[in-house]
Amino acid sequence: MSLLAAEQLDARHGLLKAVRNVDLCVAEGEILALVGANGAGKTTLLRTIAGAHRLTSGRIIFDGKDVTALRAHERVALGIALVPEGRRLFAGLTVEENLRVAADAGRAGRWTIDALLDVFPMLKARLKTPAGLLSGGEQQATSISRAMMTNPRLLLLDEISLGLAPLAIDNLYRSLTALFSSGPALVLVEQNLNRVLGVATRVCCMLEGRIVLERDAKLATRQQITDAYFGLRQQAPGEMRP
Amino acid sequence: MIWLDQIIQGTLLGGYYALIACGLSLMFGVMRIINLAHGDFAILGVFAVWLLVAQTGVSPFLALVAVIPLMALFGWALQHWVFERSLRAGPLVPLLATFGLAIVIENLLFEGFGADTRSLAPEIGDLAFDSWTLTDRIYVGHLAVLVFAVAVILLVGLQLFLKWTVLGRAIRATAEDPETAELVGVNSRAVYAMAAAIAVATTAIAGTFLAMRATFDPYSGPAQLIFAFEAVVIGGVGSLWGTLIGGIVLGIAQSLGAQIGPRGFLLTGHIVFLVVLGARLFLSSVDVRAAMRRGVDGVVGRSRSS
Repeated sequence: MSLLAAEQLDARHGLLKAVRNVDLCVAEGEILALVGANGAGKTTLLRTIAGAHRLTSGRIIFDGKDVTALRAHERVALGIALVPEGRRLFAGLTVEENLRVAADAGRAGRWTIDALLDVFPMLKARLKTPAGLLSGGEQQATSISRAMMTNPRLLLLDEISLGLAPLAIDNLYRSLTALFSSGPALVLVEQNLNRVLGVATRVCCMLEGRIVLERDAKLATRQQITDAYFGLRQQAPGEMRP
Repeated sequence: MIWLDQIIQGTLLGGYYALIACGLSLMFGVMRIINLAHGDFAILGVFAVWLLVAQTGVSPFLALVAVIPLMALFGWALQHWVFERSLRAGPLVPLLATFGLAIVIENLLFEGFGADTRSLAPEIGDLAFDSWTLTDRIYVGHLAVLVFAVAVILLVGLQLFLKWTVLGRAIRATAEDPETAELVGVNSRAVYAMAAAIAVATTAIAGTFLAMRATFDPYSGPAQLIFAFEAVVIGGVGSLWGTLIGGIVLGIAQSLGAQIGPRGFLLTGHIVFLVVLGARLFLSSVDVRAAMRRGVDGVVGRSRSS
């Protein structure tokens, strides 16, 4: 049985339908890459699953439980965590306080500050620094660590490489591999195809609010993904929608 | 010597202003609500204290201890049923909601207790007028020193609470970004309700001390709101240390003003408030202009970090 099952999700920004009739399953231990152009609805989909965005219709089942009506902090308690786009650290709190807020409010488990400092050693010297003063790479490491402090079973990562230097991105992905070899199921939102295809087990591509391609990451060709990304080719008739 | 005396008395008076301002500062800092009913909460609290004292004959201090949890409960309920709903409707609606609350509280108190001016001074015996002699010209009242000490203890205590406790960290995180706080597991509504409970509970303390050193009636709230508001703005919005300093600056300004002329008391306080407000606006506009000369990046970075 899948860990997360989103069924016929619809989500809007005012009159704009950002997510249209999306079905999405994530299995335990899976790493799902969610790709798509700007405005395809990836961020809204993640925020809807995490409970930060209200859905218009549909259902979200997590671990066999209907969580559609639950608020974000209640979903965190069940094991869903989101690393939001733009990192969204508590800028006036120190790195350590950022982590502690999450640790105090989230689930208990193996991830502690010490365990995360082993994964992101660069944060060791920065623990007492206000999060607003960190470099972009350090901020992203803190944001991921903060989400990990809640000991999630499903971690949603939204554009973690956005605005970072290539070297910082390399570092980050190297740490991620260490973090998730035995960790939670992952949904990775990225615009950089090469980056995610290296780590993902499955890939979904979104276009204008819909999932237009879903493949095993090893079987998907770049051509297929690029076509779906830009909507160059229509999908099989079963996936056509009015 | 007379000026030194005024500075000492002004500092002690500033303790009271800090006391009344701390709840206002907390509420604005955490929920971004400018609570126009703040002064009326203090008066509501002191009427509860007065009622207890009048009915049972206990000391006002004991009555205050009983009223504090009641006021905390009142604040919790208000956040839950009034402020939370109004916050969803945009930044102006909470302002209107608190304005309405102020009118309701004032008139309910008037309905229930009439227009009589009351004081708790007769209930606290010698404390109302006893003083220590510093020099042959300078006396400091026991009550004034007590109020100042309570203000310092309360503000320092709140600051330590926010810095070091689990709930305090959750309050600071929620104050910065309620949505992200939810995403790391913090129940932002519960945190807001707790912050409102604390803020409203402190008004009972301030109101009671006001009633001990002066008088109160159902319409005394708005005047207290103005002093609290001035102390918060002078000290810097959302900072509890700043609120303490702001209260003291306001108190000293008023005392020195009173020494200059009989009408100087309120006038000097307001002038200091306006000067500080103007300076802040001027400095921030200079900042923005300088940032624009440096490029748009400066402004973006600034708005994000603030």
